[in-house]
Amino acid sequence: MQDNTLIKVQDLSVEFPLSSKKKVHAVSDVSLEVKEHEVLALVGESGCGKSTLGKAMIQLIKPTAGEVSFKDAVITNMPAKAFRDYRRQMQIVFQDPYASLDPRMSVRDIIAEPLETYNVCATPKETTERVVELLEAVGLSADHLYRYAHQFSGGQRQRIGIARAIALNPSFIVCDEPVSALDVSVQNQILNLLKDLQERFGLTYLFISHDLSVVRFIANRVCVMFLGKLCELGDTETIYTNPLHPYTRFLLDAIPKADPHRRRKERMLLSGELPSPVDPPSGCRFHTRCPYATEKCRTQEPEMKPVEGRMVACHLYAE
Amino acid sequence: MEKMTLQVNDLCTSFFTDKGEIKAVNHVSFDVPKRSIIGIVGESGCGKSMTARSVMRLLKYPGKIVSGSIAIEDKELTALTEAEMSNVRGEEISMIFQEPMTSLNPVMKVGKQVQEVVLLHRKVTKQEAKKEVIRIFEKVGISEPEKRYECYPHELSGGLRQRVMIAMAMICRPKLLIADEPTTALDVTVEAQILELMKNLRDEIGTSIILISHNLGVVAELCDYVHVMYAGRIVEQAETFELFDNPKHPYTIGLMNAVDSLEKKQGVLDTIPGTVPNLLDLPEGCSFEPRCGKRCEKCVECVPELHEIAPGHLVRCHACGQEV
Ligand SMILES: Nc1ncnc2c1ncn2[C@@H]1O[C@H](COP(=O)(O)OP(=O)(O)O)[C@@H](O)[C@H]1O
Ligand SMILES: Nc1ncnc2c1ncn2[C@@H]1O[C@H](COP(=O)(O)OP(=O)(O)O)[C@@H](O)[C@H]1O
Ligand SMILES: [Mg+2]
Ligand SMILES: [Mg+2]
Repeated sequence: MQDNTLIKVQDLSVEFPLSSKKKVHAVSDVSLEVKEHEVLALVGESGCGKSTLGKAMIQLIKPTAGEVSFKDAVITNMPAKAFRDYRRQMQIVFQDPYASLDPRMSVRDIIAEPLETYNVCATPKETTERVVELLEAVGLSADHLYRYAHQFSGGQRQRIGIARAIALNPSFIVCDEPVSALDVSVQNQILNLLKDLQERFGLTYLFISHDLSVVRFIANRVCVMFLGKLCELGDTETIYTNPLHPYTRFLLDAIPKADPHRRRKERMLLSGELPSPVDPPSGCRFHTRCPYATEKCRTQEPEMKPVEGRMVACHLYAE
Repeated sequence: MEKMTLQVNDLCTSFFTDKGEIKAVNHVSFDVPKRSIIGIVGESGCGKSMTARSVMRLLKYPGKIVSGSIAIEDKELTALTEAEMSNVRGEEISMIFQEPMTSLNPVMKVGKQVQEVVLLHRKVTKQEAKKEVIRIFEKVGISEPEKRYECYPHELSGGLRQRVMIAMAMICRPKLLIADEPTTALDVTVEAQILELMKNLRDEIGTSIILISHNLGVVAELCDYVHVMYAGRIVEQAETFELFDNPKHPYTIGLMNAVDSLEKKQGVLDTIPGTVPNLLDLPEGCSFEPRCGKRCEKCVECVPELHEIAPGHLVRCHACGQEV
């Protein structure tokens, strides 16, 4: 393993059984590495397996096959007791700050919970002091300690969720669509906060988003997923300025630009419907929607290969 | 003079709650010219949906139109009886929503649901109605329309469900289609398809459209004219190119900077400080004043009027002078 790799995912698959015969192929044979102190964005349309992959990486979901390593240890199938020390190093922030916070708990108790679980502080008073520290780190204050989640706006609730996620000084945080439910002005406040915390505490993020427009600012690298498979992975600017996988191009082209001068006469529109992950297409999973698909794409699955300074899984770029 | 499909004049809609009156729509006026797409944009809670629901007269208790007029061509909607209004709905004005699931019957085949609308408004046989449904399904880009006709809503993707809603809304060729965040729940690739479809409906059938969105990109892409709402009021309105080329209201500028900064490589993103005011407890002056970098004394004292600063470009701001 390379020195600066924090998390390594190898041939990871997650399947959800639907009946004795059918199953959802949510994540299929995914391999990737997250480097220490980097922000890796995971993008793709809803249902493509982003949350499942993110959760499997921190063992909130048990993978069907494959392996996840954290630093030097393989954490898949690690006994619960041994895993406890790893658990605290890996946290998650969810999209809907309301659903993820218990409405009957005060802000102090929400943030104190992980601290108490791990006996971080000697006394309740110390715990409260640490909670105040955390509130201040996310732009809230001691005034907010004894309020309840429902008394806060969406942006503030997301701040509370973030304070809780950083309470145990984790090294890795899965940010699962943390700004998708927020208005743009607030969304930017939270993105600034996440970036600031990442730099200040040397955090590593897997930043999940179905919206490519919000990841350019925060991500060092971008990984594009389609129907449980990786399509393209590379440095953020490489992906934005020179996307190679047809799906990446469609995704980028589809973002409506806040500038009427950049309206397109003819949009590049994806044809057809999203195939089902219960019965994914043979060969390249994107081939049913891809305007460049050939016979090879229908039968042979493309591997991730290095092309022009990034990894891409597409037969268009075979030799 | 330009022909108008809809004219909304000085509309006020409030919710009368235990805690007091919430002025969700506060002296809102706008016109929808024939064959045009007008946008209403603003962050959540600013009154976009309640403006739309007022036009449809679909407000839920304790919401109520307090004053103002709403006219479709020459018909004053606020004066109609509920029975007359229900004829207007569907035939003259239709509305589609962010989440089609909430307006579709989950236990009825989607084709049947659209067929019922046809039978309700037209004297045709069931067979004819079904044919018409298949035709409109094709028109709104539903592939294999006969097969989809027999599907239940949950068997369709979000994008297809929205197409079914559009089919249902368009089947009587209404003069006006109100689309309230029609693509917000959809992925960008599907959003692009739906926006394209709405543009085609306008171009081919000539329906006027009110497109409501929190997304500046969506309105920039499609609208001829844009209204920016903040805390229940329109704070700026202009032809789309004029608005994006010369935004004047500090709120509009703040929104645009926030979006633009996402594309620039910079250390910190632009934001608008603070949060939207509580509509129960609006400031006496300009409601944007607490968050505004250009505020002066006057802004605290009184609400600015919407005034024209260039032909067709109106701004509600004390700091934006008359520039014509
Ligand atoms: N617990 C579950 N049981 C069955 N199917 C699931 C479960 N969780 C997710 N899925 C399915 O797995 C696929 C991937 O889901 P998810 O990872 O949530 O996608 P994303 O986060 O990209 O929107 C979807 O088809 C989803 O319906
Ligand atoms: N059922 C309700 N009861 C009380 N107030 C409401 C209700 N529905 C909406 N409102 C008020 O109306 C305002 C405008 O809501 P809405 O038009 O839905 O906003 P938007 O569509 O712009 O997000 C909200 O900020 C809220 O204060
Ligand atoms: Mg998800
Ligand atoms: Mg709304």
